[in-house]
Amino acid sequence: MSVKRCTSLIGGLLILVGSLVVTAPMVSANDEILKLQKDDGQWAIQGKNYAATRYSNLNQITPDNVKNLKVAWSFSLGTLNGQEGGPLVIGDTMYVHSSYSSGNSHNIYALDLSKEGAPIKWKYAAKHDPKAVPVACCDLVHRGLNYANGKILYQTLDGIVIALDAKTGKELWKTRNADPSKGETNTGVGMVIHDKFIVGVAGGEFGVRGWVAAYDVNTGKQIWKARSAGPDEDLMLEKDFNAANPHYGRFGEGTKSWPGEQWKTGGGTTWGYWSYDSDLNLLYYSTGNPGTWNPAPRKGGDNKWSMTIWARNPDTGKAKWAYQMTPWDNWDYDGINESVLTDQTIGGKKLKVLTHFDRNGFVYTLDRTNGTLLKADAFVYVNWAKGVDLKTGRPIVNEEKLTKQGADTKNICPCAMGGKNQVPVAYSPNTNLFYAAVNNMCMNYEGVLVQYTAGAPYVGANVLMFNGHEGKDNWWGDVIAWDVAKGKRVWEIKEQQPPWSGPVATASNVVFYGTMDGWFKAVDATSGKLLWKHKVGSGIIGNPITYKGPDGKQYVAVYSGVGGWFGATVSLDLPPDDPTAALGGVNAAYLSKLPMATSKGGTLYVFGL
Amino acid sequence: MSRRFAIAGGFVIAMILSPFAWSAWGGHITQLRACGDPDNMPFSNKQSEGFENKIAEVIAKELKVDLTYFWWPHQRGLVRRALRPELCDVMISIPQGWDQVLWTKPYYRSAYVIIYPKDRGFQIRSLDDPILKRLKIGVYINTPPAEALANRDIRTNVVGYSLLYGSQNERSEKILQDLMTGEIDVVIDWGPMAGYFVKRMNGTSPIEVVPLQGGEPGIPFTFEFSMGVKEGNTALKVELEQAINRRHAEIRKILEDYGVPLLPLLAREQFPKVEEKPGEVFYRRFDRDDPLTSY
Repeated sequence: MSVKRCTSLIGGLLILVGSLVVTAPMVSANDEILKLQKDDGQWAIQGKNYAATRYSNLNQITPDNVKNLKVAWSFSLGTLNGQEGGPLVIGDTMYVHSSYSSGNSHNIYALDLSKEGAPIKWKYAAKHDPKAVPVACCDLVHRGLNYANGKILYQTLDGIVIALDAKTGKELWKTRNADPSKGETNTGVGMVIHDKFIVGVAGGEFGVRGWVAAYDVNTGKQIWKARSAGPDEDLMLEKDFNAANPHYGRFGEGTKSWPGEQWKTGGGTTWGYWSYDSDLNLLYYSTGNPGTWNPAPRKGGDNKWSMTIWARNPDTGKAKWAYQMTPWDNWDYDGINESVLTDQTIGGKKLKVLTHFDRNGFVYTLDRTNGTLLKADAFVYVNWAKGVDLKTGRPIVNEEKLTKQGADTKNICPCAMGGKNQVPVAYSPNTNLFYAAVNNMCMNYEGVLVQYTAGAPYVGANVLMFNGHEGKDNWWGDVIAWDVAKGKRVWEIKEQQPPWSGPVATASNVVFYGTMDGWFKAVDATSGKLLWKHKVGSGIIGNPITYKGPDGKQYVAVYSGVGGWFGATVSLDLPPDDPTAALGGVNAAYLSKLPMATSKGGTLYVFGL
Repeated sequence: MSRRFAIAGGFVIAMILSPFAWSAWGGHITQLRACGDPDNMPFSNKQSEGFENKIAEVIAKELKVDLTYFWWPHQRGLVRRALRPELCDVMISIPQGWDQVLWTKPYYRSAYVIIYPKDRGFQIRSLDDPILKRLKIGVYINTPPAEALANRDIRTNVVGYSLLYGSQNERSEKILQDLMTGEIDVVIDWGPMAGYFVKRMNGTSPIEVVPLQGGEPGIPFTFEFSMGVKEGNTALKVELEQAINRRHAEIRKILEDYGVPLLPLLAREQFPKVEEKPGEVFYRRFDRDDPLTSY
């Protein structure tokens, strides 16, 4: 049977390659993924493992010898927008992805680690629908690939779910998950569990009613689709949904916590990093903003289940529990951040927990078996709420900080970029600490602005952002080590710009992360002491990984290429004399000296001893 | 601000460097390059059937220049990636005060309108009519009337529609179809979209169109429309303003023909420029720098 290549973007099109039509009985993709995750020589999933700890047992690079680290080789990604996510290493192949680009395309490469200089095994370049560009938020980022069952799986910016043959780069199938002409896009990674590729969607600001959907890894056929808002059958709830915590809300909340039919434009999109517990068979993901920008039309309910941490059975799609962090959001605290799975002793009991550093400035620790909130502490300076009531699970909102169309609400902390943006944290079982790249910014939120789209004028919001502690500080972000049990920082490193690179921690107590102005750093996991740094070509917003090469040596790899929400000033060339640019003429990026520190780029760097 | 005449040397350089379609001698343009939306009736489409197309034709005729188009949807990114790089020079109608562009003096004013079939027997004249507390109302989310209804605690009987819906035509079709089938009782729509629809119904089913007056702090119901040019392109702005003045009656007739509800112009700035303070991130929405290709 000949292989057909398909370049059209028609959803639901199925392309089968000969070898797939008659296959041996499938081993569950999951067994292989679990095995790969346990091998610290490889890096098989964006978060390193299903628990999303971004922790590696490799220990060749130590606090003592890290000063000898140098560039082993590097590789151009071929695009110049913000390079998020990181590569995968499976066996002796590294799979690399680029950002989406000016030419409405992106690149995927397989590199051969067994040969000197890692030459290209195959390249896959795809065009995306230009319609996705005006509706995608905040630079054209791509958060990475998944590997399963001999396939590379991912979802494009314009909502196409694709499976490539990992050996050849040939398209096996593709299907449409999201439609950019309705404002639906995607920047998230999704996750492969069992024989399903589960993906999300972005576009909450256009009233997209968010969902997660599962596709068969072998055929691309949709198996289930669960919404973030709407009637219970759309939400797909287990019979015992939230039974352990009925006060968080159980049935009917997807409609009754909204005025009238507002749930139809409910938002709650799902583009962050995710995690999975294979013993409990639960997928953990979080939802973003409710669908309308301003809070007034949504008033009178919690707008569930936006801003929510969910636990779902990946096979049936049914939700076991859900916990909403920011009811009736007023601040754009898009709740999509990842949840990391660990065991913690809390109140003298050893519990299976998940820990979630939210945009709203609180770090939440929940019993992941049933969703019970155990702890919630501010990990940055927070003033929109006085705290979180552990009994009710609700924030104690500071009424002065509620926002309103036609009013300018001043000095709200954190800002809309969040206490932490989508940048994933790392967790080391050695130190029992979380390592998080956090923002140090506050905002004024003013609901008045003429907007215009396709003939219709409307009103939006202006968000002015400035330094932390209501503008008193003079730095824009930190890397922190966080002790969940104590609910406090163990150490912190001030960074000039907000660090947007997800740290990685290793068994030898070295933590690696990159900075927005282009430094790749190694610090001591116990003290935060700087051990080594190297300046790369462009600011780093990618997440470093570490792996063992075919030569048995430990390497650390990271994408360089500034961009994303804060870095767009550089990646999109927003000039300082342009008062109407998205980030304003004289803005934090300029004040933080970012454009003088780095320029746009797209390069993979691999470091070794 | 007085304009200086370019000296000869400057003139030669200007001719070589300036991508503007005009000469440096006082800046009379040689062609009118409009940023046209390829698929957004009643405003514009690629067949030039929209009222913006008709107005552009009148202006080009007045200026005695050829009219050409750069076709791209009027969505996020258009200004940064088409108008500023000079792929086109003028947007035919933009809300006055939309600070991405330099705007001409406004030449028409329209309003959000309440519309409903006459045979439903309503007499609604404003958002304060108590009947709106119980009718099913269709609105576009994030628009001023949606906010204003919320401020009157009218939420539970409001159905939100997205400003993005497949093609822009589908967008307005959907809300109006739902109105006609009785799915919703009344619609609050942007005047030009509603007016065009009513015109096309051609009296088969008489529809009441009630412009909303004024607005509230930060929530205007009426908007004045100008032509928009690139920041700094004052020469073209002046030419356009003169042409608009001279052809005012003709332009008005086009708007009326398309059913655009027209209100008297205001004699004041509706939206002052937003002042940005040094050292603060000013976030609205992201534009992008991909080079655009005309549709």
